[in-house]
Amino acid sequence: MAQLDEREKKESQHGAQEPAWHELPKGGLMVEPGSAERYKTGDWRTERPIWNAEKCISCMICWMYCPDSSIKVEDGKVVGIDYDHCKGCGICAAECPPKVKAIEMKPEADFR
Amino acid sequence: MAKVLDDAAKAAQGKATKRALTGNEAVALAMRQINPDVVAAYPITPATEIVQIFSTYVADGLVNTEFVAVESEHSAMSATLGASAAGARAMTGTSSQGLALMWEMLYICAGLRLPVVMPVVNRALSAPINIHGDHSDTMGARDAGWIQIFSENSQEAYDNLIQAIRIAEHPEILLPTMVTMDGFIISHAMEVVEIQSDEDVRKFLGTYKPERTVLDIDRPITMGGLDFTDYYFEHRRSIAEPMINAKQYILEVAAEFEQKFGRKYGLFEEYKMEDADYAIVVLGSTAGTAKIAVDELRAQGVKAGMLKIRVFRPFPYEEIAEAIAKCKAVAVMDRSDGLAGRGGPVFGEVRNAICDMEKKPITVDYVYGLGGRDIDVEMIKSVYSDLQRIAATGDKALVTYLGVRD
Repeated sequence: MAQLDEREKKESQHGAQEPAWHELPKGGLMVEPGSAERYKTGDWRTERPIWNAEKCISCMICWMYCPDSSIKVEDGKVVGIDYDHCKGCGICAAECPPKVKAIEMKPEADFR
Repeated sequence: MAKVLDDAAKAAQGKATKRALTGNEAVALAMRQINPDVVAAYPITPATEIVQIFSTYVADGLVNTEFVAVESEHSAMSATLGASAAGARAMTGTSSQGLALMWEMLYICAGLRLPVVMPVVNRALSAPINIHGDHSDTMGARDAGWIQIFSENSQEAYDNLIQAIRIAEHPEILLPTMVTMDGFIISHAMEVVEIQSDEDVRKFLGTYKPERTVLDIDRPITMGGLDFTDYYFEHRRSIAEPMINAKQYILEVAAEFEQKFGRKYGLFEEYKMEDADYAIVVLGSTAGTAKIAVDELRAQGVKAGMLKIRVFRPFPYEEIAEAIAKCKAVAVMDRSDGLAGRGGPVFGEVRNAICDMEKKPITVDYVYGLGGRDIDVEMIKSVYSDLQRIAATGDKALVTYLGVRD
C-alpha cells in the first residue's frame, strides 16, 4: 500500500518536529481538547476490517461498539472505516449481525 | 497532651511563644497554622500523632480543612494528590511502611508537579518489623522527584514544614516536598520549640494559586494522560529541571524565613568546619549528638567538624564538595544501608560530589542506628579517632557497621 507508506513517512517527518522537553506544559498536562485525534493508532493493527458497502444496512451496531470511534458515518449512514485510528480489534466484525456480515477481518500483512 | 497543645494553640494566636512540645506536636501545630484545604491520612507509628492531633483541630473547628480518613496510605496519597490536582493546598503524613505503600503515588505526585507537602517520621522498614527511627523509608523515595528536607530537632521540623509549603508551591519548583524527623528520637521527645503566631505564619505562607486545575471548567485540561515512547522521555526530563534549579529558591525561602522569624537555614549546616581536618557528614537527630562530640574533641585540640545535610533532594553536590574539600578524612554517617557492601545512599552521594576533585579527602562510610539503635557521643568520638588514624596511616575500612554486635 503505497498510500500507507506515504502516510507513515509524513508522520515520522512530523515526529522530528515534536516539542522539546522544555516546551511542554508542566506535569504532562494536556491543555487542548481532542488531541488524541492527532495520535494515529492505525499502525497498531494486525488485522484490518474490510467494510462492504453493498451488504451494510447501517444498523449502527458497529458504530456503537467500536472502542476507537473508527466507524465513519455521514448523514446517518456508515460510509467506511477510519484506518488512521482503527486498532483492528475486530469487535465491529464480531458484532455485525450474522445475516448481514458486512465487515470481514483480513490480515494486515495482505495490504503491505 | 491535649491540654498542652490547646495551651500552645492559644498562645500561638498572639505573638511568637516558647512551648515544650514533641516533634509530632510541633508538626501538628504547624499544620494547624498552615490550615490546608485537604488532609487525607492513615495512622502509622510513629507518625500517628501528627494526624491524630490534627484531626482534633478539625473537630474543634480550629481549621477549615476537609479531613479524609482513608483506608490505607495508598489511598491517603491518592486522595491528597487528587485534592492537589483540584487546586487544594493538600497535606498528609506518614512513616515507614506507610511511605512504602504510597510508592506509586509518590512518583505520580511529582510527575504531575503537584506541590503536596508531607511530614515523614523516619522509621525502619520491615522485615523484621521495627517501629524505631532510621532513614530507610525516605531514602527509598530519594529518586521519586520529591524535595526532601531533614530535621535535627522539633524546632527544625516545625520550621521546615512551614518553609516546605513555600518551597513546594514556588512557581519555579512545583514539586512535592517531604519534611522528615527521626522516629521517637524527635517525634516523641519533648523539647522547647519557638512557635510563631498564626498570623505571621499565614502571612509568610500566602495563598496557594495553582496555575491549572482539573476543576477549572473554563480552561479544561487532562491530567495524567498516556505517554508513548515519543513523549515520556521529554516529560521525565522536564521533572528533573525544577529539582536541579530548586536549591536557589530553597535558599530564598530560607532567607525570608530568617528575616521574619530569626532562625537561619541553608542547604546544610556546617559546625566548626572552617579549619576541620576530620569531619563527619550526618542527617537528622544524630547531628545534635555529633555537635557535643565535636565540642569535646575541639577542647582536646582535635580539629573536628560536622556537616549536617538539611536538603537531601536536591542534593547539594557542589556545595558539599567545597565544604569538605580541605578535610583530611571524612566519615559519612548513613542511617540506612544499601545492602551491597558499599555503604548507604548518603555515602554514594558524597562520593559522587567529590569524585572529580583533584585533591579530595579520604572518605569512609559508617552505617549506624538501624532500627533506632542508639548512637552516643562516645561512638561518634570513636569515628573521629578512626578518621585520625586513617589520615595518618591510609589504612581504612571503606564501610563500617557502627554499633552492631559482631
